[in-house]
Amino acid sequence: MSGPPVLIPHAPGTNRDTEAAVAVAAAGGDPRIEPVADLAPADFSDYAAVLLPGGFSYGDALGAGGRLALELQAWFGAELGDFARSGKPILGICNGFQALVKSGLLGHRNFTLAANAGGRLECRWVTLRVEGDCKAGWLEPLGESLIRCPVAHGEGRLAVTDPTAAADLEREGRVAFRYLASGPSGGAAGAAAGSYPANPNGSVNDIAGMCDPSGAVVGLMPHPEDHIVDWQRPSGPAGARGSALFEAFVKAAR
Amino acid sequence: MPEGPEAAHATDVLIRIGVRTADHPEERRVRAAAAQLGVKGLEACRFWTVYHLEGPLSDADVARLCSEVLVDPVTDGAIVGEPDVAARAVEVAPLPGVTDGAARELERAAAVLSLPPLRVATARRYELSGDIDEADLTVLTQRLLTNPTIECSGIGELEPSFAPTWEAAPAAPPVPLVGLADEHLAELSRRRRLSLDAAEMRAIEAHFASCGRDPSDAELETLAQAWSEHCVHKTFKAQIHLSHTRADGRVEVSHHDGLLDALRQATAELDADWLRSVFVDNAGIVAFDDELDLAVKVETHNHPSALEPFGGANTGVGGVVRDILGVSARPIACTDVLCFGPEDLEEADLPAGVLHPRRIRDGVVAGIGDYGNKLGLPTVNGAVLYDRGYVGNPLVFCGAVGLLPAGSHPTSPRAGDRIIVIGGRTGRDGIGGATFSSAGLDATVVGRAGSAVQIGDPIVEKGCIEVVERARDGGLYNAITDCGAGGLSSAVGEMGAELGAEVDLASVPLKYPGLQPWEIWLSEAQERMVLAVPAAKVAPLLELCRTWHTELSDIGSFTSSRRLVVRHGDCDVIDLPMELLHEGLPGRTLVATHRDPAASAGPAGEPPVADSGKLLLDLLAHPNVASRESIVRSYDHEVRGGTVVRPFAGPGADGPTDAAVLKPLDTWHHDKAVALAVGLNPRLTPLDPWAMALHAIDEAFRNLIAVGADPDRVALLDNFSWGAPTRPDTLGSLVRAVQGCVEGSRRYRAPFVSGKDSLYNEFDGRAVLGTLLISAVGIVPDLHRVATSALGASGNDLWLVGHGSNRLGGSIVADVLGIDDNRVPPPVVDPLPRYRAVHDLIAGGRVCAAHDISDGGIAVALAEMAIGGQLGLRATIPADAAEPGTSGDTPFGASGNGSEASGATRPGLVAALANEAPGRLLLEAPAAQRATVAARLGELGRRIGTVTGSGEIEIHVAADPAGGSTPLPAGPGHLTVTLAAARRAFGCRDSSP
Repeated sequence: MSGPPVLIPHAPGTNRDTEAAVAVAAAGGDPRIEPVADLAPADFSDYAAVLLPGGFSYGDALGAGGRLALELQAWFGAELGDFARSGKPILGICNGFQALVKSGLLGHRNFTLAANAGGRLECRWVTLRVEGDCKAGWLEPLGESLIRCPVAHGEGRLAVTDPTAAADLEREGRVAFRYLASGPSGGAAGAAAGSYPANPNGSVNDIAGMCDPSGAVVGLMPHPEDHIVDWQRPSGPAGARGSALFEAFVKAAR
Repeated sequence: MPEGPEAAHATDVLIRIGVRTADHPEERRVRAAAAQLGVKGLEACRFWTVYHLEGPLSDADVARLCSEVLVDPVTDGAIVGEPDVAARAVEVAPLPGVTDGAARELERAAAVLSLPPLRVATARRYELSGDIDEADLTVLTQRLLTNPTIECSGIGELEPSFAPTWEAAPAAPPVPLVGLADEHLAELSRRRRLSLDAAEMRAIEAHFASCGRDPSDAELETLAQAWSEHCVHKTFKAQIHLSHTRADGRVEVSHHDGLLDALRQATAELDADWLRSVFVDNAGIVAFDDELDLAVKVETHNHPSALEPFGGANTGVGGVVRDILGVSARPIACTDVLCFGPEDLEEADLPAGVLHPRRIRDGVVAGIGDYGNKLGLPTVNGAVLYDRGYVGNPLVFCGAVGLLPAGSHPTSPRAGDRIIVIGGRTGRDGIGGATFSSAGLDATVVGRAGSAVQIGDPIVEKGCIEVVERARDGGLYNAITDCGAGGLSSAVGEMGAELGAEVDLASVPLKYPGLQPWEIWLSEAQERMVLAVPAAKVAPLLELCRTWHTELSDIGSFTSSRRLVVRHGDCDVIDLPMELLHEGLPGRTLVATHRDPAASAGPAGEPPVADSGKLLLDLLAHPNVASRESIVRSYDHEVRGGTVVRPFAGPGADGPTDAAVLKPLDTWHHDKAVALAVGLNPRLTPLDPWAMALHAIDEAFRNLIAVGADPDRVALLDNFSWGAPTRPDTLGSLVRAVQGCVEGSRRYRAPFVSGKDSLYNEFDGRAVLGTLLISAVGIVPDLHRVATSALGASGNDLWLVGHGSNRLGGSIVADVLGIDDNRVPPPVVDPLPRYRAVHDLIAGGRVCAAHDISDGGIAVALAEMAIGGQLGLRATIPADAAEPGTSGDTPFGASGNGSEASGATRPGLVAALANEAPGRLLLEAPAAQRATVAARLGELGRRIGTVTGSGEIEIHVAADPAGGSTPLPAGPGHLTVTLAAARRAFGCRDSSP
């Protein structure tokens, strides 16, 4: 297969790896799902990008993504750090985002992903806006476009140590995606302002995704890989697919 | 790297760490549930997770574990050492040996951090404050915080419950049996809970008498499992004499030579060329496209869910998914149908030893979500029913669908093949599940059956899924089955039935030591698959298992001896002829009686309804009609990216849909999709079980048609949950329901491909409401041509297909208004013409929305379409009583229960609005399609109204049976409710469009 090789690590309990691979392939990348048990630190040099997919790694037994975060840190921390510093994109979706946050790969731990405000897993379609002033350079081709896709998580509420931390994240351009309220026809109608169900988990400032201070590492809770063709959407006009995100990701990996 | 605990060293320390997350949802849940339990004084609950660590740990090690694993710097606080001893606290810990994923992962996390090996045990701690006394504390502990089936609890600090470490020498002692008299055999069966009757015990005695020895404990337990109702379906294979008393007093006596055979025969008669494997394997298999087949299975997990709702439902999902793996298919979706007692049941009405329906529901829903979500399988379809008939015995039906390349499932183990077990380790959990589920429940079972329920470990099962798919593609095995009820005993016994098998139980990996051989052999520990693997393929399979973190053990081989030989090292455990296991069970002859309810003309009149708008709102708010969003959204129905029609539709995604449509990964190169639906109507069982079965089939079938499935490619699955068949009238209603299934299979030309019966659903000697779940699997020819229930655009036409009835027996409106009617609407005699017409219209793109009319009747169905579409409507519904062509027939077919006077009288308003006659659908089509729709429907359907932008649901009841255009004047024959009011009553979470 041609296209830049994209590593999709698979830990026990990972489960949206196949959809992520389909989305990467559709965007022109060469996805390779590799069990974490088979990965060696040296293998990272074979890849142009890393995508940590969704699921319940290790059953989320010690907090969502926590065990996987520990392995990323303990076994591949240096390699992933080098990877990001060289500008190769790293994308974490849902459980992958949780693991990135908890491993510290998304920066200083003044924010976390906590239990949803509703207290349980929530599965529903949401509308995201790509934040134009986000410092993740590889998201630039997306502009301020919209993505409609589902969330399906129990621990996706972006929480911060104190209000200044949220303001800092905003000022530093670390907010990559925001939940929007949708209008009557499914189009966007402004920020969700914390209100359920448009903001499905109670995230501060309606934040759905973040990047690290370098901009190479991006994570988000919703699943753009589940909306790459029109028939996947539940209703409303066609468009606002997640495929654009994977195209930008693969482009940055070239 | 080191994994798992090792023996404790002299330098070991025992450390206690408590972690509390600010505003943890569990704290809110406890406060709310306490108030529901009547504990009003609870002001605050502080919830802690407690980790007990044992090992040679330094302070620095503990600090690392806290900062890198246990404590989130943003939300968590921790106390290392003694907790706040002044607090009034309840601690709850899993019983030793119960699955404790957090403990295991923390042990492994320590290894990742290169810390010394640890032993870990966890607990939950609730610090409760406010105006609560000891009695309150006891109520909260027993009814909310703890389930003694799997947990221990105490006030204050609990000792850590590490997994047991004691060893025991293996033994398989003989059980004195040979020469016992009948009453002593019966006593032995009762004492060991073998669930075997006198004839069966006598057959066992005769075998061992001829061998000149007593059976070992393991041999006796193996026979009890192999001959259990759960494993061998004695009732469905029995000879049955039915004495059927008709409503007019006539008595018909008939003989039934196996209920299962009757269903198989009905399928065989249809001779459908798209059936691949039916009724013989772990799951039914039907063709999907040119390359791939679909595997389907639905199971029940009723008794475990009654005792431990989370674990019972959890392992129910795990079990049915393993059935799909057991036919070498990759699971792609789950379904679930749940039946509970009323959510608002008074505590005083709760029988002793029974969990409150609310608690059962919450636990079951959490257990289903936990397992399906963690396997990465979308839970896409199902139903939830509330009825007093389920208070002591809730029902949990778990379904799964899988995909496999046609012809890729090997089913022939060979002599010499290794017996390989992959997946989870074996513990004492689940011992006796098969015999346990073949006996009724009572309060003492609740107290002593602890080992019959388990907590699942979905991540281990996920590993099995990855391994089995690749092992199948690599041709690494000759046969496969899951380890379900009966454990290794059942799995190895069935796989080796034609061959013979030799097993060494010392090779079976255990969760903890100390299990006796019979316990290892019969354990129903979850997440295990058994494979017959040629010796040369063991190494590649082992390599596959290593990659996917899945444990593999080689426990013996298949032989050509026709004997089952089991030992544990040097200890002989079992030596039985396969023939005794599989053919030694004496056949049963059972007596059944059934009495149709006395013919009745129905109630003298309808109760007066002053405000029919309010009636519609009451129907929408009925627990069996109202929105299921709060449950369904806790299941991931989107994972795998193939959900085309999901549980909800419309711009606000809150209109209920009729069925799921899935487009599996790896099949995106064509447009065919899979549709899944269910139907059940247990409220009709006491009235007419035969008609009930036909209604359930019709509901599942029309749900499929409503989303765009082809009516000539529908496969059915049956699941019977009934009471004890030893009671003649319970068995009689079961026989009638099976006869209804056979008739339905013919009328709908839909073959049954798989089924399961769960009998002995009883509490305190009372049978559960006899419940038949029909699951249906269909093919949608083009995923772009599907329909949902949500209205699309104002100005469109509304069409009604089918005719109503004035019989209200079992309906929601009869429940709401207290109408005493035991007449069941007549089943549809010739259903296919209407469903083919509807399918043609949907497949031809003529229809924008379609919705089946079921619980609550036509007014509710119209309102649901408006709710989903966030549009208004104006409709004139016909006041017809019975379907043309049925009134002159005997509407109940062979049952002849009551007859409709020809030229039926115009039914009352209530019947028109809310009758639940089968065979009806509502369609929405653009006005431009009017002529096409009218031409295709002909006599089968009528145009009844228009979609509006008014924000109001306006329904008229026509004055004449023809459903003409002269609406009744304002008054009870005319109702208007606002869309907002309907959405509120239905329970939409977000009421503003």
